[in-house]
Formats: sequence, structure tokens, C-alpha cells
Amino acid sequence: MLEVLEQLEEKRREAHLGGGQRRIDAQHAKGKLTARERLEVLLDEGSFEEYDMYKAHRCSDFGMQDQQIAGDGVVTGWGTINGRPTYVFSQDFTVFGGSLSETHAEKICKVMDLAMQNGLPLIGLNDSGGARIQEGVASLGGYAEVFWRNVQASGVIPQISVIMGPCAGGAVYSPAMTDFIFMVKDTSYMFVTGPDVVKTVTNEVVTAEELGGASTHTKKSSVADGAFENDVEALLEVRRMFDFLPLSNREKPPVRHTPDTADRMETSLDTLVPDNPNKPYDMHEVIVKIADEGEFFEIQRDFAGNILCGFVRLDGSTVGVVANQPMVLAGCLDIDSAKKAGRFVRFCDAFNIPILTLVDVPGFLPGTAQEYGGIIKHGAKLLFAYAEATVPKVTVITRKAYGGAYDVMASKHIRADVNYAWPTAEIAVMGAKGATEILYRSELDDPDKIARRTKDYEDRFANPFVAAQRGFIDEVIMPHSTRRRVLRAFELLKTKQAEAPAKKHDNIPL
Amino acid sequence: MFKKILVANRGEIACRVFKTAKRMGIATVAVYSEADRNALHVEMADEAVFIGPPAAAESYLVIDKIVEACKQTGAEAVHPGYGFLSERAEFAERLAAEGIAFIGPPKGAIEAMGDKITSKKIAAEAGVSTVPGVMGLIDDADHAVRIATEIGYPVMIKASAGGGGKGMRIAWNDEEAREGYDRSKSEAASSFGDDRIFIEKFVTEPRHIEIQVLADTKGNCIYLGERECSIQRRNQKVIEEAPSPFLDRETRKAMGEQAVALARAVDYASAGTVEFIVDKDRNFYFLEMNTRLQVEHPVTELITGVDLVEQMIRVAAGETLGIGQDDIKLNGWAVESRLYAEDPYRNFLPSIGRLTRYRPPAEGAGADGHIVRNDTGVFEGGEISMFYDPMIAKLCTWAPDRNMAVERMADALDHFEVEGIGHNIPFLSAVMDHDRFRSGNITTAFIAEEYPEGFHGVEADCQTAADLCAVAAVLDAIEAERRARTASDRFAEDGASETTEKTARMERENTPVRIRREGDEYAVTVGEKSPMRLKTDWQPGETLCQVGIDGAAAAFKVDPVPGGYRLRHRGVDRTVQVLSGRVAELAALMPEKLPPDTSKMLLCPMPGLVVALHVEEGAEVEEGQSLAIVEAMKMENVLRAERPGKVAKIPVSVGDSLAVDAVIMEFEA
Repeated sequence: MLEVLEQLEEKRREAHLGGGQRRIDAQHAKGKLTARERLEVLLDEGSFEEYDMYKAHRCSDFGMQDQQIAGDGVVTGWGTINGRPTYVFSQDFTVFGGSLSETHAEKICKVMDLAMQNGLPLIGLNDSGGARIQEGVASLGGYAEVFWRNVQASGVIPQISVIMGPCAGGAVYSPAMTDFIFMVKDTSYMFVTGPDVVKTVTNEVVTAEELGGASTHTKKSSVADGAFENDVEALLEVRRMFDFLPLSNREKPPVRHTPDTADRMETSLDTLVPDNPNKPYDMHEVIVKIADEGEFFEIQRDFAGNILCGFVRLDGSTVGVVANQPMVLAGCLDIDSAKKAGRFVRFCDAFNIPILTLVDVPGFLPGTAQEYGGIIKHGAKLLFAYAEATVPKVTVITRKAYGGAYDVMASKHIRADVNYAWPTAEIAVMGAKGATEILYRSELDDPDKIARRTKDYEDRFANPFVAAQRGFIDEVIMPHSTRRRVLRAFELLKTKQAEAPAKKHDNIPL
Repeated sequence: MFKKILVANRGEIACRVFKTAKRMGIATVAVYSEADRNALHVEMADEAVFIGPPAAAESYLVIDKIVEACKQTGAEAVHPGYGFLSERAEFAERLAAEGIAFIGPPKGAIEAMGDKITSKKIAAEAGVSTVPGVMGLIDDADHAVRIATEIGYPVMIKASAGGGGKGMRIAWNDEEAREGYDRSKSEAASSFGDDRIFIEKFVTEPRHIEIQVLADTKGNCIYLGERECSIQRRNQKVIEEAPSPFLDRETRKAMGEQAVALARAVDYASAGTVEFIVDKDRNFYFLEMNTRLQVEHPVTELITGVDLVEQMIRVAAGETLGIGQDDIKLNGWAVESRLYAEDPYRNFLPSIGRLTRYRPPAEGAGADGHIVRNDTGVFEGGEISMFYDPMIAKLCTWAPDRNMAVERMADALDHFEVEGIGHNIPFLSAVMDHDRFRSGNITTAFIAEEYPEGFHGVEADCQTAADLCAVAAVLDAIEAERRARTASDRFAEDGASETTEKTARMERENTPVRIRREGDEYAVTVGEKSPMRLKTDWQPGETLCQVGIDGAAAAFKVDPVPGGYRLRHRGVDRTVQVLSGRVAELAALMPEKLPPDTSKMLLCPMPGLVVALHVEEGAEVEEGQSLAIVEAMKMENVLRAERPGKVAKIPVSVGDSLAVDAVIMEFEA
């Protein structure tokens, strides 16, 4: 008997070495951790339980039958993050370059199926050279099996992808269909076709980093939701984000005990909005001063900075925040910001995360670039997402809420539950200057008259009371009591019941 | 006594005067500019009068507007604070003509002392020791060079009307004398509207020590000891203390009596300050007399127990001084730190903006008898604007002796939370812990000598490093306890051991930390060191951690970072991660990412607009040559070459808006 136990130990030791010490050293030399090391950082100490450690490929072409490595390039199983379970897979670059074989895919599919069945999240750590070419179409089939499961799981369990090495070709589409993608700076890249193919086909000369590095995907393409300095930091931050999320759409997000008091006043918010309506201020300050313990986990920080998205906790409960940022493009809505926020709102709605919207929006960004780019349909994504969301929605207008953008930003009309405004709010069709120039076109050559008209318009509309008279604003609140007000509103909305009409699915303007 | 007074000033000094006025039962009136609509001094006053645009020249410096505000509110007297109109004889004169009392000295004294040449002459006549120099008017640069040669280098070239560091230069040779003269003259003309210049011997190893005097209109005049203001940066006082660690009883008495003699010579009435320069042999020379309340007056108040503002008000109301020279006893030690809105890591570049966080330490008397006093004119959510002095606050501590006062100051600075703008707290903390400062062996060159390459933060010594690791470990333990309370218990490990083994990772170095909770304390062992006992009531999310380390109280500023905390304490600013041993081991495998080598680049020192590029790609530049001008906060900043080199690339063009640290030029390697 003891001998058998020793054999197990021996087999485990072998499997743990993956592609061997030389390849492990090479991985370390690149500044990367191995698949198992990454799981040690991601999961609570000693909590990881591995499945399919001994699974091996069945390929016999190109001499593959002589190269059998236990695990076949991916480590799968489950473990806990701060005591809450999650399924994981972690591709092992030391084994066949982490390439995806039919059996490799089977291992991933197994934990995906279990995650779905048990209502637990899935975190994938990607580090793979791509399809296992020796296996040909079997490998492609494997990818598609994973894709199909990604789609089935979407909106049922949170799926998080961390790109920690290459992720190219068809492989990119699995992360692309998960909820969040994080990357590691300098050591990860994602693209559909690599620099060599790009050179052959289009004659463009571009490095892998420029084409699909963390910087490209967090700043230009918005494929990735965040990038971190190295493997350890990336995984620690994924742990931090995981703590905000429910395990599945059948559960509520976790509640964290907080010493932060619900009625904390922030008198400094009373002086945040500048007297000059054209002067920006940093909406981050509002968010961190409302949030429990000032903690804000921001999503897509480096993209479409005119809108801020991320998670906070209010009295311990997770809340998704969407906020216009006056510091960037005056906080206007454009294609990028609408896409960014629209997707975030839908994630929150899918996973029972209430949404707090902070509004300071002067309107949509004008111009041919926007119109040719399809701002009509892209802007509609955010409107659609807000309108279909049935989770509790609380809105605070801090300053401008102009025109169609007012409607979009979780207005009363599209069924936000509680709409507050600061006394500095201006809810109007447009700014006073623009409005008077249209209303009094005939007086345009008389600057004094126009100035007077502008002043009249400001007096009449540059305040929250016109909207409040109509009930579009439930209450005008003091900025310093925003935290208390918003907390109370969400507390009340915990028993909210709202059902979308039965349908196969909606048809969001993609 | 007056029923209502107006303060023709803003910021902390206006608030300071209001405090005393309120205590005396006098109604208060503030004046404010456009930029100060929401300022603290406006809030504090019983009434406030709007006096115009932000620029001081259009508001706080307009005599008509102040007079009008007095009439409008019925204020019977005006306290001018410091700066602005405080030393303008015409202001005192105008108030007198309007029948409004001026809470300051008579016009004649202001005039006599306001001009450096005249004041020196009067001082010499009154028997006050003065620095050799030429007070006569100087014709041109050549004349300046001749005078400088006669006195002997080094010489100081100064604007006659100037105060502080403005329009003042030191020349060590003819060329510098010539340049210094020209530049001082033009600066004097633009800053003071008076381009007269004088030249005098520059005293080496000097200390700046000043005597506080107080006189009434009945001929009584006393001195209230000295203040040492040697810790200056570019002639701007940073740290002051009273008494001076350098003066002996005899010197103090001699200086005090000369100061009184000078005050009497100009029929002084009110509070005033006679500034001296003191050399290493305790020879002292008259520098100038400030005919107003000084910024650093609180340290004198703390060691004498005299409220100088109250005395000024009483004197202005015609009362006789209630205190005589014999009543003045110097008790204990007081230190003042000036918190400025500036970035100490970027050569003290001014930093303006919104105070997103402003939490001063608790004022009042501490358990061990020390006193903390904070004079300020700002509040959390307030704005440090570009229009006025960038001072955030004056933090003072008092204790029975110098060492304790300095120690209390270091601790008070650790408790002072300022965010949103750059500030010099780390630098002030560094000075408080500096051996030479602690020894009292200081001169006005202290900062230039001790920080010749600027300020680059404080290295953590062995004990501080251990403290940082221990504090981080305790914070982590407190968060872990909270996590255990909130996480689902589905997979909780039973019987978690009492002792936790962790690894503290700081500056890429791993140190094992053992932590064990014992009642309301934590026993923490850092590396091979002997165990420490830590006690704190810090809770997750708090930005300040007050902690007892082996019974000694300390404070750390806390900001969460991935896997740990950024901790700031005594000028040290470090990130400590608290990881499991295994994760720390793996973290050690992560490559060190060095910031790009910027030594061959010209970086934009502040967010701003490129208004001029003075060289082209391929140009050879000399050290000190002007390369570009960046406009920020409506000021033009000339960026100069730090060393000779050849411009390889200029990635920006005129009109570009740049972020801080944006590359303006690259030089050939």
C-alpha cells in the first residue's frame, strides 16, 4: 500500500514539473511565473485542488506519440479566494508552449461545465502559443467547444480572463467573450494575426507589443479592462476584484463588514463643483468620498476617460458606478464612452449589482468622426443597457445634464429608481449660450441683448428645480450628504422587484 | 476699546486676528476677492465685504476699497496682517485721514523703516550695530561693481523696498555683481514699483535671529525675546523657533535693548520685529525692521504667553502696555513649520489646486504637557490658488525643551494629512529628524548645504524599516480578521493558528514577519529582530494609523496598494506588501522595472503649455542655456540645459499642452 502512495507522490512530482526545469527557468527569465505558481498567487494558500493532472494528448502525428507530458499544457481545478470558491484554468507555457490540443480543451471544458452546474465563477489564466498545429482540426474543434461554453456561461457566472503571455489567433475569442480581460504589461499580448502575417499581407511593420500589448489594448482598442506591472500584481488585483462579485447570477454580491459609517458627511463635496461651468473637476473625488473606505476598483481606467466605470461598496454591498468625468472631453458621451459604460451596465445588471450613476454630461460629442463612426448606434448601447437594467438604479446629477445625454444617463424616464440632484445641477435641453443662440437667432448681432437672454435662460433653467417640479428629480440633496442619501436609497431598493417582459433575448444595437 | 475691526488681509493671518478679536468681544469684518469667495476667513468673520478680482493689485492692495469696506460696515479699526498693505505708510495715513484706527505702528515709523537705506542710517544713529555696506543710491552696474569691490566679496545686492527674498542676490565676483544688480533692479521695479538697490557685506555662516518688540503710544517699549529663522530656502523662511538655540543671555539682552532703542528712535507703537544677522562669534548686525506682525509670531506667543494681536489692538485703541520688560519670561521652547503648497521632490515647484484632503493634527495641550497650535486659512475642499501666498498652514509645537518641541513637531507632521496638491510635509519631517538641526548648529545656508542636490526623500534606517514592516503586518492582520468575519464560511479552515507567518516585502526585499495577537496588542517579530509590541485602533479604510510601538506613540499615513500599503512616516515614504511566504518568494522572481533613463531628456516639470522652443534638433547646447518655455499657472517657466549636449529629438511643438514628465527634448547619449 505505502508503495502505491509513494507512486502517487512521484506522479504528482512529475506532473508538477510540467515541461521541465529548463523551461521553467526560461519562463522565469522572461519575468513570468509558471501556470501552477500563478494559481498559488491567485488562490488562498493550500486551497487549490487540481483535476486531470495526468491527462495527456492522444495525438500520434508528427511524432507526438513520443512526447507525452502529464497535464497537456493546462492546469485546471478549483480553489478559493478569501474563502469563496472559483474554478480556474491556467495554461502552462512550459508544456508545448501552452498550445491547445483537443485534450487541453477538454480539461478547460470540464471545469467550465462544473462552474455552470455549481454556479461558480471561472478564472482563466492565458499563456498559450495557440492551436496545437500537430492536431489540426481537432484543436480548432477544441477552441470552439470552449467558445460555445463561454457564451452559455455569459451572464450566468462571472468569467474573468488574465492574459499572461501570448494569446493569438482563434485563442483570443475565448477571453473576448468573458466578462473581464486583464493583461500583464510587457509580457502579454493578444492579436488575431501576428506581426509576421501583418507584414506579409499589409506590409505594415509592427512589433508584437505595439500590435497587441497591454498598452494597445487598454488605451487604444479597449479589448482589455486593465493592465498590471507583473504577474503577481495582476493576480493580487484579480483577487481584489473577485471580492466584489457574486459567485453567479443566482446569488447576490458578497457583503463586507465595514467600519465606515453610513452617515459619514463629506463637507468638502460642497465646494467641489466650480462656479465657472466650463471648469472641470475630478469626478473620482465624488466616487471615493461616497464609497466605503474610499475604495474604487476602476475598470478601463485608460480608455474613454470621459466616463468612469468600476466597483465600490456602499455599506458593505457591491455597487457598480458609472460617472461622467468632466476632466476629459468635458465628460461628454461619445462612441467609446457609450460602449465602455454600456457593457459595464449590462454586466452589473446580469449579476444583480446595483448601479450608481453620477451625471455631469454636456451632451454627445459632435462631429463627422462620431457620426461616421456610428454614434447613433453606439450611443444607443448605453441607453439600451440602462433601460433594460432591472437592478436598483440610483442617479445623482452633480452639474450638467443636457439634452439627449440627460435621458441616457439613468434618467427617471428610463426607470432609474431614485434620482437625486445637487443644487448645482442644471437639467436642460442644452447650455444657456447654445439655447439662446437658437431661440433668439434674430438678435444674434446684438451682444447685449443676447447676454441678457442668456442670463434669463440661466436663471430659468440652470438649476435642478424645473426638473424637480415635474418629478424627474426626487430630491435636491446637499453634496455633503450624498453618501448617506445614496446608501439609504440602495438600502430601500434591496427589496426591489422588477421583471423584464418574457422574450428569447433582446436585440441590443451591436 | 473698538467695537468692530476689519482685517485687510486673507488666509491664515486674517483668521488668526479674528480669533483674538472674537475672544476680546470685538465684531469682525473680512474683505475678500473673487478667488476667496468660499475662503475660511470669510466664513469666520461676522461680516464680509467683496472687494474685487482675484489679483491682489485689484483687491487686497486697493486702499480705496478697504476704506470703503470700513465705512460700509462701520469698522473702527483695521488690522493689516502681514504683506499686502501692512507696511504701506500711505495706507496708515489714509486711514488716519478717514478717522479709522490703524492696528499697527505710526506712519512715520513705517516710512522710516520701510526704506532699507534710511532704516540702516537711523539704526546706526540709534546705536544699533549694522553691516558694512553702501546705502547710497547706486547709479548703474559699473558703480555697483566698484562698491562691491570696496566692501569686499561676497556682497549682497538688495532691493531697497524689498522684503523676504525678492530682489535679493549674492555676488561673489564682478560679473555676478553686475548681473545681480541688473536683475535685482528690474525685479524690484516690477515687484515693488521702486527700483532702488543697495549693496552690503554678505556675512558668512550667518544666522537669522530677530527680536520681537512691542511698544505703546505712551512711550513704553519692551522686547519679547528672539526668534531664530535660519532654516530658509532661497531666503524664504521655512522653520522658525523661539528662543534661539544659539543666543546666550548677554547677547539676547544686547540685541533686545538695541531693538528697543531703534523702536524708540522712530516713535514706534505696536508690535514690530527687528531682524538681525548673527555670525558664528555672536556678532550681530541689524538687517531690517518689519513694522508689522510677523508670520512666525506664534512661536513668541507660545514662549511668552503674550497674545501679540491683542496687544496690537490695545495699543491701537490707545491703551498703555499692561506688561513691562520684567514680566517677559521665556518659558520652554516653540517651533514653527510652514506648510507650503509645493512639491519638495521637484525642486519645491509651486503646486496649486484643490485640497481633496486636509486634516491637521489635533490642537491643544497633549498629555505630556506639550502644545500643538495650527494657524491656517484653508479647509478640506478648499483651493490653494495661484493668486496668493502658497502657504497651507503654520504648524507650531511647544514643549519644555527644544528636543521635545522638535520631537512633538515631527509627530504632529506625521498626523497632518494633506492630499490633492504637493506639499512639503516630507521635507519638514526630514529636517526635524536631521542630526544637524537637532544639534542646533544651523545657519541660513542649512538647506542649501544639507540638500545641495535638492530633496529626494528620507532613507528608512534599520529601525524605521522594521517599524514599517511591523505596522504593515498589523494592518494586514486587522484586514484579515475582517475578511474572516465576512467571507463565507463554506471553506474556512478550522483552528487557524494563533500565530501568523507572513513576509513583508519592501524595496524588493523580503523579510519574514511573525505576528501574534495577544489581547488588544500584537506581538510582531520582524526578521531576526527582537519582538515588538504594537497596539492600534486602526480600522480598514482609515488613512492615518496611530500606533503604539513598544509603548511609544507614532503615526503613519496609510494608502492601500496591491498586496499591501504605502506608508508615510517621518519623511519616509515606502510601500510594504504583506504576502504569504510563498507569494513573496514568487514576487521576488518578478523583474525589476526600472523607470526609463530620463537623464538624457528634458522633461516637462509641471502640466503646461509649450510657448517657446529655443533650440532645434541637432543643436549643441551649453549648460544653463535656455531650451524651452512652458507656461503653467499663467507663469512662464524657462527650462534650461542641465549639462552640455546635443539635441537629438524634439517630440513636441509650440502650442502643445503637456502633462507632467512629458518628454520635451531628447539629447544624444
